[in-house]
Amino acid sequence: MGIADYFRERRKQQRGSASVAKERLQIIVSHERSQRDGPDYLPMLREELLQVVRRYVTVDPDAVKVEVDRQEDHEVLELNITLPEEAERVR
Amino acid sequence: MSRIIVVTSGKGGVGKTTTAASLAAGLAQSGYRTAVVDFDVGLRNLDLVMGCERRVVFDFVNVINEDARLNQALIKDKRLDNLALLPASQTRDKDALTAEGVERVIEELRAEFDYIVCDSPAGIERGANLAAYHADDAVVVTNPEVSSVRDSDRVLGLLASRTRRAEQGEPPVREHLLLSRYDPQRVKKGDMLSVEDVREILAVNLLGVIPESKAVLNASNAGVPVILEDDADAGQAYSDAVARYLGEQRPHRFLEVERKGLLGRMFGGQ
Ligand SMILES: Nc1ncnc2c1ncn2[C@@H]1O[C@H](COP(=O)(O)OP(=O)(O)OP(=O)(O)O)[C@@H](O)[C@H]1O
Ligand SMILES: [Mg+2]
Repeated sequence: MGIADYFRERRKQQRGSASVAKERLQIIVSHERSQRDGPDYLPMLREELLQVVRRYVTVDPDAVKVEVDRQEDHEVLELNITLPEEAERVR
Repeated sequence: MSRIIVVTSGKGGVGKTTTAASLAAGLAQSGYRTAVVDFDVGLRNLDLVMGCERRVVFDFVNVINEDARLNQALIKDKRLDNLALLPASQTRDKDALTAEGVERVIEELRAEFDYIVCDSPAGIERGANLAAYHADDAVVVTNPEVSSVRDSDRVLGLLASRTRRAEQGEPPVREHLLLSRYDPQRVKKGDMLSVEDVREILAVNLLGVIPESKAVLNASNAGVPVILEDDADAGQAYSDAVARYLGEQRPHRFLEVERKGLLGRMFGGQ
């Protein structure tokens, strides 16, 4: 561990664990909200999309993200597919 | 028109029963006819916290099964004559409460009381659902700690989708956050989530902040809702919360580390 890392770690500890707790909570809560507020078919849609993508590219099970974003008067279905690095592709 | 308030949390042991007892006693003190119903089947506790465990004859399940009338099961509080408790059953059969039975008893309570406070069991399953189903208001009890905050958020999801109001497309359940076991000292040190942190994450109206307090244990040992302990910090915090619930504006207290006087600093230091 470099000296810079050492000081960064130290600073983190001094800042207290509450800020880490808050960050983690913000992430998990927003993730869980997007899942529960979405329509019932989201998990199935995600699963099927994953199968289609996998016909062409090898991806991790969590490479496909499907979320519904609610805006004032309409909803946006957001699909996010993370492709692997060039070297890991099947073809 | 009576109102039904569920005290819920998801996570266990965060202070629901303590809160239900004090909220009900506070509403009764303010002059409202109040019933408090223990939904924690198999884990009856509210009777102990309210100090009337020796007067339990019939319980919620007896009333549902029509083995007893509601008025035979309701226990009148000895201190406040417009306060009554409907105790939970000690049966191990978790299905003893039925949706129809609960509905019938709630309807019957509505005829006699202004406020009906429902003390929910922990969890987000059947028991918690039954306790929340008829709610007009929800008091979500949360401790400043990761798993409690996360569970509270899940409970908020349940209130927005699985209650009578949600199912019938009525105006949603009014949600209130009650942050309990708050320790300003630890917040200041950065070891505990602050009120602002929790508010920011849950984004719900803050009804009150109850400090971590020895008075809570003392009161439950004695079988007195802590709100009746006028000198206790937690009792005062609960009184403020009840007043806010009833529409009064009151500043939040007990959020800062108490400044000790000279003697306190000399002898009471940590
Ligand atoms: N503000 C507080 N300060 C200190 N101790 C507290 C406070 N609030 C609650 N407690 C203690 O925490 C414990 C759990 O409280 P309580 O029974 O009210 O929680 P609960 O949410 O109803 O639990 P359960 O999920 O088992 O029903 C009790 O021992 C109680 O005395
Ligand atoms: Mg309880």
